[in-house]
Amino acid sequence: MTQNLEKLPKGSFERITVDANQAERISKPSMSFWQDAWLRLRKNKGAIFSIILFTLIVIMSFVGPMISPYEPNAQTITHANLPPKIPVIENLGILDGHGNLGGKDVDIYDMKNVEVNYWFGTDGLGRDMFSRLWKGTQVSLFIAFVAAAIDMLIGVIYGGVSGYFGGRIDDFMQRIVEILTGIPNLVVVILFILIMDPGIVAIIIALTITGWTGMSRVVRGQVLKYKSQEFVLASRTLGASDSRIIWKHLMPNVLGIVIINTMFTIPSAIFFEAFLSFIGLGLQAPDASLGTLINDGYKLLQFQPHILAFPAILLSLIMISFNLIGDGLRDALDPKMKD
Amino acid sequence: MARYIGKRLIYMVITLALIATFTFFLMKILPGSPIASASKLSPEQRAVVEARYGLNEPLPVQYFDYMFGLLKGDLGISINQFKGANVTDLILSRMGPSAQIGFQGMILGTIIGVLLGMVAALRQNTWIDYSSTLIAIIGISIPSFVFATLLQYWLGVKLEWFPVALWKDGFMSSVLPSIALAMFPLATAARFIRTEMIEVLSSDYITLAKAKGSSGFEVAFKHAFRNALIPLVTVLGPMAVGILTGSLVVEQVFAIPGIGEQFVKSIMVNDFSIIMGTTIFFSVFLIVVILIVDILYGIIDPRIRLSGGKN
Repeated sequence: MTQNLEKLPKGSFERITVDANQAERISKPSMSFWQDAWLRLRKNKGAIFSIILFTLIVIMSFVGPMISPYEPNAQTITHANLPPKIPVIENLGILDGHGNLGGKDVDIYDMKNVEVNYWFGTDGLGRDMFSRLWKGTQVSLFIAFVAAAIDMLIGVIYGGVSGYFGGRIDDFMQRIVEILTGIPNLVVVILFILIMDPGIVAIIIALTITGWTGMSRVVRGQVLKYKSQEFVLASRTLGASDSRIIWKHLMPNVLGIVIINTMFTIPSAIFFEAFLSFIGLGLQAPDASLGTLINDGYKLLQFQPHILAFPAILLSLIMISFNLIGDGLRDALDPKMKD
Repeated sequence: MARYIGKRLIYMVITLALIATFTFFLMKILPGSPIASASKLSPEQRAVVEARYGLNEPLPVQYFDYMFGLLKGDLGISINQFKGANVTDLILSRMGPSAQIGFQGMILGTIIGVLLGMVAALRQNTWIDYSSTLIAIIGISIPSFVFATLLQYWLGVKLEWFPVALWKDGFMSSVLPSIALAMFPLATAARFIRTEMIEVLSSDYITLAKAKGSSGFEVAFKHAFRNALIPLVTVLGPMAVGILTGSLVVEQVFAIPGIGEQFVKSIMVNDFSIIMGTTIFFSVFLIVVILIVDILYGIIDPRIRLSGGKN
């Protein structure tokens, strides 16, 4: 290579001079923590796909009940137990309103003289599964988000106070947490559901009553780690108040791990809600959530598999996308934890 | 070490006492009477029934009776489901099926999960790795009752490979429930082992082993795998919790006469004493499992500073 240098056409290279003054110049724009995290997250295809999928599910949970011509709780007994039928797709031979009746494949819509289409079929009381499914998703997501938000709020305050003030306060507060975390979550949730009137509020309270301890431990650990670092000492020396140190210096550092933790609380709340509904401690009829829909569908699995299939698929999709988003965010916000 | 175990035991006792107290008073303020068809009884009949079960005593007396009974392992008597049967006996008599499917599920899930995680780590960023990660994500995401229902429908009803439900065919009856329960430990172990293996594989002693000419197989099994396996002990606790939670619904789906199925049924019919007994039983089980796991971990890996909760 070196001996060929002379043969290169003249003008293909240009001599540059190194300017010592420019040595410290930063050539790329500096990026904030969040821009950096976003760059890392963007590379994670699974997480991005999950965010899009989840956004669609959230939008559908609000739009779904509206675009369906039927009310989620309206019963039309003559239209009971219809299989799914979707206008265009029915030509492909699936979701065409056919069902097995007495061993024969018949168009149940023709047989029952039903002129209209039910996209996801109907249940045993003739309620439209499409609007019930999205209404149920709405309820399940609402429960999960509120429970996660309450967990986050209590956990951050409790953990923050305990870690920041330390000493005897910390000791006392940690003893309480140690006892609370000793009680199995399952037991607490079931007991609380039993004494309260079943419903959305009861489920949220049951989920949050000890759910916040995990978050408080993580926050306390982070606060303990950061409060003894130099930048906090510097700020304190300059006369910053406690609240300024907490909000300006500690919170931004703790925020990442709080978000990651919340991302994993949400799917576990969705799961617990569905779990409670499945063992009969969830929402009461006619309200629907994904869990109650699955419970209803389970009883009719042999005859009307569609009643179970749609909520079960949707619940699984939500759980998968949330776990992937959580994994992606963890890798993006906390690169040290990756691998 | 002894001091640490002592401290943990004290916490355990406090926690259990709190749970027992809490459950007792919760059951007392619950709406509805534990006596079946209470409304049909005349006041005199009701008083007789209440006296038989000690329900006419003042609350503190009932409470202390209950707590002293607990110390002797007596969980009280069932009132409306199994007239007068001892709750401890009821729970013990149903332990067999629950323990069997729980144990089988745990073993099956852990073995497959460890293998999946190891293969994924050795073939990092290949399709093997991606499919193993996918299986793990699905295992964590799909609720056990959905999975149990699918298994029951396909392998039980459609293919007729295994009994659909009930506990009549010995081992064959336990196959589907065990698989349903295995999904959670499988996914947890696979994710965990993959991360651990990748970390171990990049450590100096692995490089040394390779430099000395050990074969890939030897490096993977003799050096990396053993060290990656140790921390798996830490997730045994969460796995046990997962199995227990799962057993409530899985036993329901497959109609298995286990503790979980009895518990769910008791919730439906307000059988307070069985609910209380099972709650306490579950709590003791989980707390003891987590304590054993923590102690075990300290013994296996002395580098772990047990009382290091502060850092």
